[in-house]
Amino acid sequence: MSDITAQSHHHIDVREFHPRAHAAIHNPKIRQNFRKAMDGLMAKRKAAFEGWDLETLRDLGANIRLKALSNLPDLLEQLEQKLTENGIKVHWAVDGDEACRIVRDICMARDAKTVIKGKSMVSEEMELNHYLQDQGIEALESDLGEYIVQLADETPSHIIMPAIHKNTGEISELMHEKTGTDLSNDVEYLTASARQQLREKFMNADVGVSGVNFAVAETGTLCLVENEGNGRMTTTVPPCHIAVTGIEKVVPSLEDVSALLALLTRSATGQHITTYFNMISSPRKGEELDGPEEVHVVLVDNGRSSIYQDDELLDTLRCIRCGACMNHCPVYTRVGGHTYGTTYPGPIGKILMPHLIGLDEGRHLPTASSLCGACGEVCPVKIPIPDLLVRLRQESVDGDRLHPAKVRGHGAKRSTGEALIWKGWAWMHASPGIYRLGTGVAAKFRALQPSKAGAWTDYRTAPKLAAKTLHQRMKERGQ
Amino acid sequence: MSSRNIILQRLRNRTGGELTAPECDFSVLKRPDWSTAERIELFEKMIESVHGEVHHCTSDSWIERLAEVLNTRGARNLMVPNEHAIGQAIKASERTDLPELLLYDEPIESWQLHLFNEVDASITSTRGGIAETGSLILWPTPDEPRLMSLVPPVHIAVLNASEIYTTFHEAMLAQNWAAGMPTNALLISGPSKTADIEQTLAYGVHGPKELIILVIE
Repeated sequence: MSDITAQSHHHIDVREFHPRAHAAIHNPKIRQNFRKAMDGLMAKRKAAFEGWDLETLRDLGANIRLKALSNLPDLLEQLEQKLTENGIKVHWAVDGDEACRIVRDICMARDAKTVIKGKSMVSEEMELNHYLQDQGIEALESDLGEYIVQLADETPSHIIMPAIHKNTGEISELMHEKTGTDLSNDVEYLTASARQQLREKFMNADVGVSGVNFAVAETGTLCLVENEGNGRMTTTVPPCHIAVTGIEKVVPSLEDVSALLALLTRSATGQHITTYFNMISSPRKGEELDGPEEVHVVLVDNGRSSIYQDDELLDTLRCIRCGACMNHCPVYTRVGGHTYGTTYPGPIGKILMPHLIGLDEGRHLPTASSLCGACGEVCPVKIPIPDLLVRLRQESVDGDRLHPAKVRGHGAKRSTGEALIWKGWAWMHASPGIYRLGTGVAAKFRALQPSKAGAWTDYRTAPKLAAKTLHQRMKERGQ
Repeated sequence: MSSRNIILQRLRNRTGGELTAPECDFSVLKRPDWSTAERIELFEKMIESVHGEVHHCTSDSWIERLAEVLNTRGARNLMVPNEHAIGQAIKASERTDLPELLLYDEPIESWQLHLFNEVDASITSTRGGIAETGSLILWPTPDEPRLMSLVPPVHIAVLNASEIYTTFHEAMLAQNWAAGMPTNALLISGPSKTADIEQTLAYGVHGPKELIILVIE
C-alpha cells in the first residue's frame, strides 16, 4: 500500500487531500478493494429494503431524529436522570480532550492498566487510544477490523468496515508480523487466531470502553449494534464499562429505536438486523452473577452544540452513522477513506468534519464532491447532504454577506481576486449593453484563446468560443 | 460553570428559529396479521439465512433432540439454567445420552477461566422471537447470566412457537418494555460473525460459532 494513503494516526494534514487522492487513484489495489466492497454493499442494501415502503420509512427515520433534536437539552436531562436512577454514572465533556481526561480519571480511580475497546467512532474522534497509551494505560481494540487497523497503526478507512482497504493477503502478513500467526489466506484461520488472542485480553482487561448507537431517554438504556460479540464482551466481562457517545445520539423512546434499527443495519451492510442488538440499562445488580459493577456514560459535545445553533446545519446531527453515503459515493469509492485524512470520511465526513476542525483545515472537504446527489438519496434519515455541501462551500468563500459566520474558519477560502471576478461577472450579466460588448469582443479575438487550460485539458479538448455570438446570429436571421 | 451546564446552556440558547417536533407515524413498521404457522416459517427462513439452525420439536421431544444435537457435536458438557423449567426438565430427564451438566451458579470472577476454556455448550430460554428479522429475545437473569449465551462455542435456545412476534416493534409494545428494562436485554440473530477481512464471512469470531434453536410447537 502507498505510504501516502495509509497514514498512521499522527500528523495527518487534512489539507493534503489532493496529493493523497492522486496517489489513491493511481493505486490499483486500493481501487480494487474499495470498488469490490462498495459494489457488494450497494447491492445488499437494495435487496434488504425489498418489499419495504422505503420512502415512508426514511420519512419516519428523519422525523424521529428531528423530534429528538427539537427537544435535545430536555432529552439529555431526562437521559441523565434515568441513567442515574438506574445506577449508571453520567459525565459531560465539552470536547474530546475533556472526554479523554474523564476516561483516564475513571481508569486511575480503579488503578486500571488495560482497557479493551468495542467499536466507537467517538473514541476515534477523541483519539482516545493514543491518549491512554501516553498515560501508561494499554488500550486494545477488539472489533476485528479495528484490531487489524490498530496492529497496522492506521486509522479506519470506513466507519462500519474499518479495514476495508486491506485484502486478505495484506492482513495475513500484518498478523504474522505483529502476532506471530502463520501466513495464510484462510479467513477462518485468521479469525480464529484473533479470537484466541482477544479472549485472553477480555479476561484480563480492567475496563471496557464502548460506543453507543442509540441512548433511550425514557428508560435510560444504551443500545449497541454489532455482529461479532466483542461489544457484548467489552460491556460484560471487565468490572467497569465506560460508554462514550455524542450528545446527539439520544432518542425519546424505545419505540423510536425499533424504526431506526430497521433503517440502520439495512442501510449499513444490507443486513435485516445485526447478530447482536445489545441494550444495557444498569450495572450488575445484587443477585446477578456477571456484568460490570460500574457503568459510566460520557456525553461528548465536541462541536455538536455549535452545529445545533443553525437551522440548516442542524440536519448534520440527524446522522445515525450507517455509512450508506460513503458506500454510494463515487468519490469515496475511487479515493478510499484515508484520502480524506479525517475521522469520518466520505460525504458525512465532508459535512461533519469542517465543524470539528474548521473550514480552514478542512478546506478541500466540501469541494471533494461532484454533487451527484447519491448520498442524499440513500441517507436513511434524509440528511440533505448535497445542500449542506453547497452551504459549506458558500461559507468557505463568503465574506459574511450571505450568512453571519456560523462555521469555524468561515471565509477561509475567500480570495479578493476571485470575489472581484464574480462581482464583474454578475455586473456584466445584469447590463445588456456591456454583455453584448463583452461577448462581441471575446468572439472577435477568439483566436487568442489558449488551447490548453491546465489539468482540465489533459484528457479533454478545450471548448472553443463561437465565431459569432448568439445575439449576432439571431440578428442575422432577422429575429 | 460545569461542562454539563455549558453544553445545556448552549443548546437552550440556540440562535436558530423555534424547533417543533414532527409527528412520527409508525404504521410503516406494521405487517399484516400473519398466522403462527406463517410467523414460524418466516422466522426459520430468516434465521437460517444467517447461519442459525432450527429444529422443530414438541414439549415431549425436545430433550431427545437436544441430546442428538450435542452428541453429533461431541460436546463434553452442557451448561443449563438451575431454576428455569428448561434446566429442571433436563435434570429430571436423567438421560444417559446427555453430557455432563454444568450450572452457572457462582459470580463470574471465581471461575472465568473455566467458562472461557472448558464449557462446550449452553442452553437458555428466550422471551420470544421476531419473525421479520429472525431474532431471539433474551433477557438474561441470575439464573441465566449474560455470558451464558455468549462465551460457549455452541448456544442452544429454546423458543416457544406461540411467542414468535412479527416485528421488533410489535414485540416491545406487546411485552411493554417501556415499563422497565432489565440490566441487559438482547436480540440475537444467528451466531457471532464478522466480514472484516475482505468481506468474507467467518463465524464465531468472539461469541458462539453455532446458534441452535429448538422451536417448541
